[in-house]
Amino acid sequence: MSLTSLSAVEQSRKLQAGEVSAVDLARAYLDRIDEHNPGVGAFLRYDAERALTAARHIDERRKAGEPLGPLAGVPVAVKDILAEQGERTTCASRMLEEFRAPYDSTVIARLKAADAVLLGRLNMDEFAMGGSTENSALGKTSNPWDLKCSPGGSSGGSAAAVAADFAPLTIGTDTGGSIRQPAAFCGITGMKPTYGRVSRFGLVAFASSLDQVGPMARSAEDLALLYGAIAGHDPQDSTSLNQPIGDLSTISQPLKGLRIGYAKEHFAAGLDGEVDEAVRTALKVYEALGATLVEVSLPHSKYAVATYYVIAPCEASSNLARYDGVHYGYRSDVAKITAELSAQRAALEEAGERRAAEDLDTPLVRMYRQSRSEAFGPEVKRRIMLGTYALSAGYYDAYYLKALKVRRLIRQDFDKVFEQVDVLAGPTTATPAFELGSLVDDPLAMYLVDLYTVSANLAGVPAMSLPCGFSKSGLPIGLQLQAKPLAEETLLRAAYMYQNETEWHLQRPAL
Amino acid sequence: MPDYTTIIGLEVHVQLATKSKLFCRCSTQFGAEPNTQTCPVCIGMPGSLPVMNREALNLALKTAVALNCTIPPMTKWDRKQYYYPDLPKGYQISQYDMPMSEHGFLEIADSKDRFETKQVRILRAHLEEDAGKSVHDEVAGRADSMIDLNRTGTPLLEIVSEPDMRSGLEARAYLDELKLLLTYIGVSDCNMQEGSLRVDANVNLHIAASDGKIATPIVEIKNMNSFRAVERAIDYEARRQYDVWQETGAKIGDVPKQTRGWDDNAGVTRGQRSKEESSDYRYFPDPDLVPVKFSEAEVQTARESLGELPAALRSRLQAEHALSVYDSEVLVNQGVDVVAYYLAAVEVAGDGKAVCNWVSQDVLRVLKESEANIADFGISAKSLGEFVGKLKAGDLPSARGREVFDVMLEEGIDVDQAMQKLGIEEIDESELVGICQSLLEKNPKIVEDVKGGKQQAVGALIGQAKKQNPNADPGRVRQICLDLIAQM
Amino acid sequence: MSLTAADVEKVALLSRLMLSPEELQSLTSEMASIVEYVDQLAEVDTSDVEPMAHAVEMHNVTKDDAVAQSLSREQALATAPKHNNEGYLVPAVLGD
Repeated sequence: MSLTSLSAVEQSRKLQAGEVSAVDLARAYLDRIDEHNPGVGAFLRYDAERALTAARHIDERRKAGEPLGPLAGVPVAVKDILAEQGERTTCASRMLEEFRAPYDSTVIARLKAADAVLLGRLNMDEFAMGGSTENSALGKTSNPWDLKCSPGGSSGGSAAAVAADFAPLTIGTDTGGSIRQPAAFCGITGMKPTYGRVSRFGLVAFASSLDQVGPMARSAEDLALLYGAIAGHDPQDSTSLNQPIGDLSTISQPLKGLRIGYAKEHFAAGLDGEVDEAVRTALKVYEALGATLVEVSLPHSKYAVATYYVIAPCEASSNLARYDGVHYGYRSDVAKITAELSAQRAALEEAGERRAAEDLDTPLVRMYRQSRSEAFGPEVKRRIMLGTYALSAGYYDAYYLKALKVRRLIRQDFDKVFEQVDVLAGPTTATPAFELGSLVDDPLAMYLVDLYTVSANLAGVPAMSLPCGFSKSGLPIGLQLQAKPLAEETLLRAAYMYQNETEWHLQRPAL
Repeated sequence: MPDYTTIIGLEVHVQLATKSKLFCRCSTQFGAEPNTQTCPVCIGMPGSLPVMNREALNLALKTAVALNCTIPPMTKWDRKQYYYPDLPKGYQISQYDMPMSEHGFLEIADSKDRFETKQVRILRAHLEEDAGKSVHDEVAGRADSMIDLNRTGTPLLEIVSEPDMRSGLEARAYLDELKLLLTYIGVSDCNMQEGSLRVDANVNLHIAASDGKIATPIVEIKNMNSFRAVERAIDYEARRQYDVWQETGAKIGDVPKQTRGWDDNAGVTRGQRSKEESSDYRYFPDPDLVPVKFSEAEVQTARESLGELPAALRSRLQAEHALSVYDSEVLVNQGVDVVAYYLAAVEVAGDGKAVCNWVSQDVLRVLKESEANIADFGISAKSLGEFVGKLKAGDLPSARGREVFDVMLEEGIDVDQAMQKLGIEEIDESELVGICQSLLEKNPKIVEDVKGGKQQAVGALIGQAKKQNPNADPGRVRQICLDLIAQM
Repeated sequence: MSLTAADVEKVALLSRLMLSPEELQSLTSEMASIVEYVDQLAEVDTSDVEPMAHAVEMHNVTKDDAVAQSLSREQALATAPKHNNEGYLVPAVLGD
């Protein structure tokens, strides 16, 4: 059995026992990446020398008997949206293609402190906006199960990397489903923790009140290992929760008297038949394990996508205002802009259009506009435009404020459900992975892909996706589990119970 | 005299005296080299997050209660969005619809009676972060501006008054009183040169016309670098608006709100270019920051921490030390340190009025001439108190008071040492009577004159008495001579 | 209310984006259909509902007023597209 097919927990055990060196493990993954990344495109960048040096260092420290962190020697790859001192953090955007942060994000700092071996940076939708990773300006990522298909998004690179055995553990981020949807599409396990569980410090913001960093791995057990290393209070993030993260060593113990809810709204029109069947079968597995199934209702869930596509663009339009070509990021050619403006002014004045000439942008304003238009992709521009519109004078109450109120109703739906059940189970996505290119021309259809996942972000509750079957065409299907705030431990235990009973999570694509 | 009333509201931005910035730990120290006091948070680098400074909240709360404001149970942060190169995030973190305080007032008065004592209402006072600075790069000789972000993120309290002032003079009185209050409670150094206090004025006119009262369009005046400039700019703007109204008849609502800059050298306001869209700030709650709740206890603690505020102090000085309204103003308006000096001197001298005369005339004159602070003044409060005490007891001839004062100041010595240095000693009453007696005997003409009703003739003897003994007090000599002549 | 190209143009200026005629056309129709979808929120009764701006309700998260090391000027300016080793450079702020 090859090293890369071991779980992260097993790898860690072997590393501790001295049966495997961190260098051997890193090299095994790097060889796979060298061979298959050109086809899959999960990594935007990886640095073999750097990874091997880090691994060698850990081996030496282990040999010297020094205390090591919980991920010592285990390779981890990170979505290219978390700042790392001196390294590039591109967000898969032309805007930040050359941006090097002078500081470490908290998650990167914690991975370093846990002695993980950082392999490199994973592809994503530009600024995490999208559900297919096709909005990356810097590379294309395919689904390892079918290279014609999308890996999902925005953490498509993170999901594809685990599925392709490029890394046992990866970091993703989830604003409306960006960990869970690609996890479902790529047949892996991924969790969006409770909002505030994992520090956002150093996470390049998309929609601050919805963004959450989370672990992605093959199994719940591996997920818990990574989650434990990155979660916990951070005083540098005002929205970070100061609450204990729970006892993750017990996740292999089954939950007694587990009450599992399923919402009728999650099994309505639009749900693919194969997905429906796979999810219902998964519910039966839980029932067989002694869980009680309870039908529940989320009456406002049908408004979740509309709510999300007001709040997320509003916050995004503000968060992305800083990319103006002044302090960091891309700047358009100012000499060219100035020349163009002079020509435009001359032409207007010649035509006697004095007023229009006066209304021309100043060189500074034109520099902003040109820089942003050249460096942002279409989806990013679309969301900036939507958010600016929804916040502008005369529309704020009808869109933004209204959405905040509906958001509370959505949260209240969850609160009621979690009075009745411990875990809410349902499909992660309505369909298995779609073909690359099939939705790019229909933004609204692309937005509706998030139907089942956005509510957890709006409500702030923890949610995860785990594999629960395959379509006839061989594409993975995801089961989504959600729980009340702070109940990650419950989710992980529930997922472990299922994975102890099934083997969907152990399936690997043939590359 | 045109029949109009000038309506003035002021927006004052005050830099709060914290060591570190509002949302990060960069220093707020003024005067550093450009771009040496920044970090990922205050320059809004991708991924950075703000965490609010507790001390800024405390200082803001203290100010708000001093301004008699209501403190709502909850306040939050909003993003005010606009593009400007000195605003690195593309938004300013501020407070919009739930400010940390509102509905207060500040009382202003004029001892010269140029306006009546009144309460200027405070609409609101809210916290926000400062922007950076744009410097036109003259050196490069090109059309580039240079941006310095040292100031970015410094905590500001924006204090917005209701339009309750009616003249440049009142506006200036409001600013003087506000600055005094802020420095008394120690929340800001209010240094206008360093930008710790900035003022914008909203001005329009209410004109009594034949068809009722007409309001002219509101103009916001910026770029005023002193309180004097504020006064001048407002008075100029009122006249200008009246002229414009006579010419165009434009009323409020006819034209969009205009911003004009004050040109102090030319003494005029000038229109500033502004694009219509720039006013759509798209405020919304900052998702990176959480709301703030002030408890009753915190508000109470802030109230108790204020100490004696200027208005109360003036009343106390008038009541306890028999000072006039004017005198109490002179002292209190100098700031808390001068008042403390005064009170310490009174403690020793036991005469509030006499100490006030010396402080308000001599001490303040010296401070002004030397551009020094009371803390650096060469005569300690205790020394001044002893000095005034001696004068009051007659132990120091009042005619030689100024002389002694000057020596104390120059040499840094106390009153006894100064008197010794000048050879001023207490002369025995009997010795003085003896001197006068012999002088009168030598000057029968003078005795005659006085007896004839020309009392001032005694004056000629005073100089002679001083020749015999330099410590002879002129007042005493004069009185003794008159008494002796009366007995002749 | 339907979204016009003029509305979109105005939003583009507010967003500091420059749209080509093709982008303007496609964005106008895309935004119109998204806005139409979002308009379904109007049917929800939210009359007694407090807005929810944060996923988790917390308050009074603060830091001490203590100064920490700032970035060096070199570090601060390293990311800037244009600087003169002292500050960020931009085309003249006050028009021309």
